[in-house]
Amino acid sequence: MSFQPKKSSGRPAGDRVIIKGGKIVNDDQSFYADIYVEDGIIKQIGENLIVPPNVKTIDAYGQLVIPGGIDGNTSLHAPQKGQKPADDFYQGTRAALSGGTTTIIDHVLVEPGTSLLSAFDQWREMGEKMACCDFSLHMDITRWHEGLYEELETLVKDEGVNSFLFFMAYKDKYQSSDSQLYEAFTILRDLGAIAQVHAENADIIDEEQKKLLSLGITGPEGHVLSHPEEVETEAVYRAITIAKQANCPLYITKVMSKSAADVIAKARKKGMVVYGEPVTAGLAIDGSDYWSKDWATAAALVMSPPLNPDPSTPAYLTSLLACGDLQVTSSAQASFSTAQKAVGKDDFTLIPEGTTGVEERLSVVWDRAVSTGKMDENEFVAVTSTNAAKLFNIYPRKGRIAVGSDADIVIWNPKETRTVSAKTHNLTVEVNILEGLEFRGVPSVVMSGGRIVLEDGKLNVTEGSGRFVPRKAFPDTVYKRIKARSKMAEARGVPRGNYDGPVHDVISMTKSVPPTPTTRGPGCPKTMTGPRNLHQSGFTLAGTQIDDHIPRRSTQRIVAPPGGRSNITSLS
Amino acid sequence: MSDCRRQWNREDELPVYLAGPISTGPNQRKTYGMFSSVEGAFESKTIDFENYAVGRKGSRTPRSGSRERLLDAGDPAGKPPGEAAHQDSHSNSPEEPDDAQTGDESEKLLIKGGRVVNDDRSFYGDVFIEDGLIKQVGENLVVPGGVKVIEAKGRMIIPGGIDVNTCLMKPFMGMQPVDDFLQGTRAALAGGTTMIIDHVAPQPGDSLLEAFEHWQEAADKKACCDYSLHVDIPQWDENVKDELEQLVQDKGVNSFQVYMAYKDLFQMTDSQLYEAFSFLKQLGAVVLVHAENGDLIAQEQKKILEMGITGPEGHPLSRPEELEAEAVFRAITLGNRVNCPVYITKVMSKSAADTIAQARRKGSVVFGEPITASLAADGSNYWSKNWAKAAAYVTSPPLSPDPTTPDHLHTMLACGDLQVVGSSHSAYSISQKAIGKDDFTLIPEGTNGVEERMGFVWDKAVAMGKMDENQFVAVTSTNAAKIFNLYPRKGRIAVGSDADVVIWDPDSVKTITAKLQQSAAEYNIFEGLECRGGPALVLSQGQIVYEGGKLQVQQGAGRFIPRKPFPDYAYQRIKFRNQVKAKQAVARGVYDGPVHDYTPMPKYITPAPSAKTSPTSHQPAPIRNLHQSNFSLSGAQLDDNIPRRSGHRIVAPPGGRSNITSLG
Repeated sequence: MSFQPKKSSGRPAGDRVIIKGGKIVNDDQSFYADIYVEDGIIKQIGENLIVPPNVKTIDAYGQLVIPGGIDGNTSLHAPQKGQKPADDFYQGTRAALSGGTTTIIDHVLVEPGTSLLSAFDQWREMGEKMACCDFSLHMDITRWHEGLYEELETLVKDEGVNSFLFFMAYKDKYQSSDSQLYEAFTILRDLGAIAQVHAENADIIDEEQKKLLSLGITGPEGHVLSHPEEVETEAVYRAITIAKQANCPLYITKVMSKSAADVIAKARKKGMVVYGEPVTAGLAIDGSDYWSKDWATAAALVMSPPLNPDPSTPAYLTSLLACGDLQVTSSAQASFSTAQKAVGKDDFTLIPEGTTGVEERLSVVWDRAVSTGKMDENEFVAVTSTNAAKLFNIYPRKGRIAVGSDADIVIWNPKETRTVSAKTHNLTVEVNILEGLEFRGVPSVVMSGGRIVLEDGKLNVTEGSGRFVPRKAFPDTVYKRIKARSKMAEARGVPRGNYDGPVHDVISMTKSVPPTPTTRGPGCPKTMTGPRNLHQSGFTLAGTQIDDHIPRRSTQRIVAPPGGRSNITSLS
Repeated sequence: MSDCRRQWNREDELPVYLAGPISTGPNQRKTYGMFSSVEGAFESKTIDFENYAVGRKGSRTPRSGSRERLLDAGDPAGKPPGEAAHQDSHSNSPEEPDDAQTGDESEKLLIKGGRVVNDDRSFYGDVFIEDGLIKQVGENLVVPGGVKVIEAKGRMIIPGGIDVNTCLMKPFMGMQPVDDFLQGTRAALAGGTTMIIDHVAPQPGDSLLEAFEHWQEAADKKACCDYSLHVDIPQWDENVKDELEQLVQDKGVNSFQVYMAYKDLFQMTDSQLYEAFSFLKQLGAVVLVHAENGDLIAQEQKKILEMGITGPEGHPLSRPEELEAEAVFRAITLGNRVNCPVYITKVMSKSAADTIAQARRKGSVVFGEPITASLAADGSNYWSKNWAKAAAYVTSPPLSPDPTTPDHLHTMLACGDLQVVGSSHSAYSISQKAIGKDDFTLIPEGTNGVEERMGFVWDKAVAMGKMDENQFVAVTSTNAAKIFNLYPRKGRIAVGSDADVVIWDPDSVKTITAKLQQSAAEYNIFEGLECRGGPALVLSQGQIVYEGGKLQVQQGAGRFIPRKPFPDYAYQRIKFRNQVKAKQAVARGVYDGPVHDYTPMPKYITPAPSAKTSPTSHQPAPIRNLHQSNFSLSGAQLDDNIPRRSGHRIVAPPGGRSNITSLG
């Protein structure tokens, strides 16, 4: 960190920079080498590099050079209950860069009834105008129907979106039923996309909310009481079951409780293709502040699923992250000002949900996992950057220090500490949920797309310099196994002769009885009627012809009823 | 195996000779209160002592005559002749042979020389029965004259089995199962089960009360053993609540089944389940859950039919184990949230059982019920080339194709992770099953098992050394009695309990076959399996109904046993948790900071389509409203002065007061 020439910040190509003397840390290995960056791309890695003159040199002795973080879950533009988040693409990405995150994947919330594509366009436009770092987009589908298929196909094939989020929560608003999820997952698998779910049981939450409000509990503590851990766990379990049936890869956003994390870990042990994402807040603090006497403090924590009141949760999630049972950390950044949150001051169900965290994410993981000895530096890179890049198919462009990769580089100083405060953070909201906590490990230099955006504690970002990063379908990390299973999992019928014994007569063949409250005699045995037989024998002819080529088995006892074989036509 | 059997012999015989003398000693069996042996009490009970001293062998000759007479046509079903000869029989007391001979209908019975096995302990003792009740238990009982004596010969005297899950009248597309209350209870008694709890299965739209009465009427006419009734709730709406309350309070029903499967027919959404759980908890009822994810099943069925798979193998393919485990997990979650006891009927897979066990470890009040079929068979036969055979196994949830499942379930029964063994007996003939010959979704669901239930638990758990005899009694009888509030009237050999008593013969070996079964179905899914252990003699309400392979039942002898709400076994913990779990708001000052401008949007933007509601539960709103407003006027006036019972039902008078919504 000696001297540096003027930064040509407007130039899209970025600076020519050589980073010297640092320890390069990728997810698989660490080594000492210099890095030469030109045109926003890493051009050379090695010792004694031959570089052109007039290259800016950054001294990284004694520090780690890591790929810039990837935050796989932010909501910088998604309105909640009619309110836009306080931190938009500009503020949000600026905070991200200051914390060492150089790529975000934001959620496009498609309100029910609106077009996916137009929402996508709106987000992309907004992002390109305002974002200071590269971004990509997830789509949140709030109302599933078969008609979305074409839009999905366009998004996946032409627009570079390969991940779609579904809600199991928010009853009567965004919730998808099990059937809908199954249908959607099947289609996503065929398209090669990843299914994400917000996993909470909306039905139970809705009932609990009603109950709590009727008990007179209206403060933020009602939020955590109405979103108990089990409700999250149940939905995670169900989502995994559905994904298993549909043979679709699944990504659980916001794993907030021990038991939900356990369910994911267990499912992975059984071979499911499922990934879990704890968030900054869940890794750093517990939910005891929901009971804070200060309404604003309590309300700032409101997010879904909520922070867990169990104080051992953060350590537990960190451990699972370290051993690979959870894979990705994100921030679930969605900040609302206290005034916005105060919309729900008399009814906790109206409080906009979301916390800060995009800025502190890397520091939290370093402090809680690496400096406590749970995780090594390579695993740190994996969970903050590489795994997300692999899952969402932007690897090795992002998530790795390698020749040819984007020059999203962070020089990480593990020795320094920082204390989080709403006064000094780079967001606009007036409350930071991590207020007063001290974290070891801070980025000393951040380079985004080859340009130095953070150096000497000074943030130098350009609004609109972020590019949209398209993502291709069928990410290998996820889909190799899925493809192989699709081939294996073909169910086969048993070839057997036709059953030609007697068949009991029934009156109604429709399985789903219409909802008309007909007063059927309770359990009265229906006797067979004459006319039906005529119809059925008419079917017999046609029915048998289809199957004529199949050899009959002679071993079956045939008891011919007097009226002749009565057959039932096949449904299919 | 034969070694094993012999060991049982030895174990059983040893105590007969050893325990006899010892048990007459003064220090023994003090715990029986007034019936404990008293020094010098021998004089007054010569009958007893005679037999006792002679031992089992000595008394054989005089008894054989009477047995021949009583068993005339008795076919010792499947038992080797040697075993049959060992069957117990009535032994006439030397003093009063005449009384005993006529005593077929005798009210007084003495079971001598057996080992009484309850769920908590076993001991040697005699059991005296009078008027259908157990009057005395212990050593050296003082009994009146004219008593018929049954020699137990050291075998186990256990409380009769309770089968908590039978469907003897459940209609499928208007068809009745081939085993009705007569056939079904006959089979039950032949297997050592002296009480059943049958499922009342109304269709959506039916009145629960009417269905209940219909079932009760049929059972009163036909059942040969005592019975009680669960009521299935086919759909959840406001109208059901009144009927439920009435059933609990007036009709003696304390358990109701809800369905998470059968989409568009019986399936309830999570919201409905939550409401139902909450309501049933207030009533003090046990919630039975049929746990399978109906949404996914419907999808899988569609897919599999599209693939051209129409045979019975489509049934397990469309209902994989995961869907069962998922629903079990969800049901338990709901139960925890509502704080309500949950009873999972038909635990068919390892993962479902594991889910229950885990939840119990975390403190959930949940009970699991494996059934005969899942304990003795696996699902490999769904792939049988024989359609009829494959179809016979169709039940929901299906038998797991994993062949290690039965063993696993037995282990969990033995360690208490699962509590109750049911049979889910619901027998359909092959021609009835054949309705689904071209579409597996139409095959009527149900297997047999009421007769084989206790035998297989003995064979696969006790005889294998997994379970002891006390736990055997617990899972086949006592636990069920406790959960459903029949205890100690049923499920225990104790003074004052009903005389539903089984003398269990651990040595009998029987090969299951449809030819010799009591059920009317022409197929038995356990065909050809060998089963050790079986009842030697069965008493129902103090009457001998089964002895040495011969049934002597009386149609309609079974009584309806009402059950009270709030069974201690299920509800004690719930009550305490209710007190502890009260939620409290945080007392804080009023927030007086700035509030963001907020355009009040309706909280629920999307209407029904995204909801999980099945069309079944939709109510035609507009027409209804008209009626309601009409009715409120007149209805309220009529009943204004009468204090309203909440379980009130209004029978529609001619003028058209057709609904009762506004009452609540």
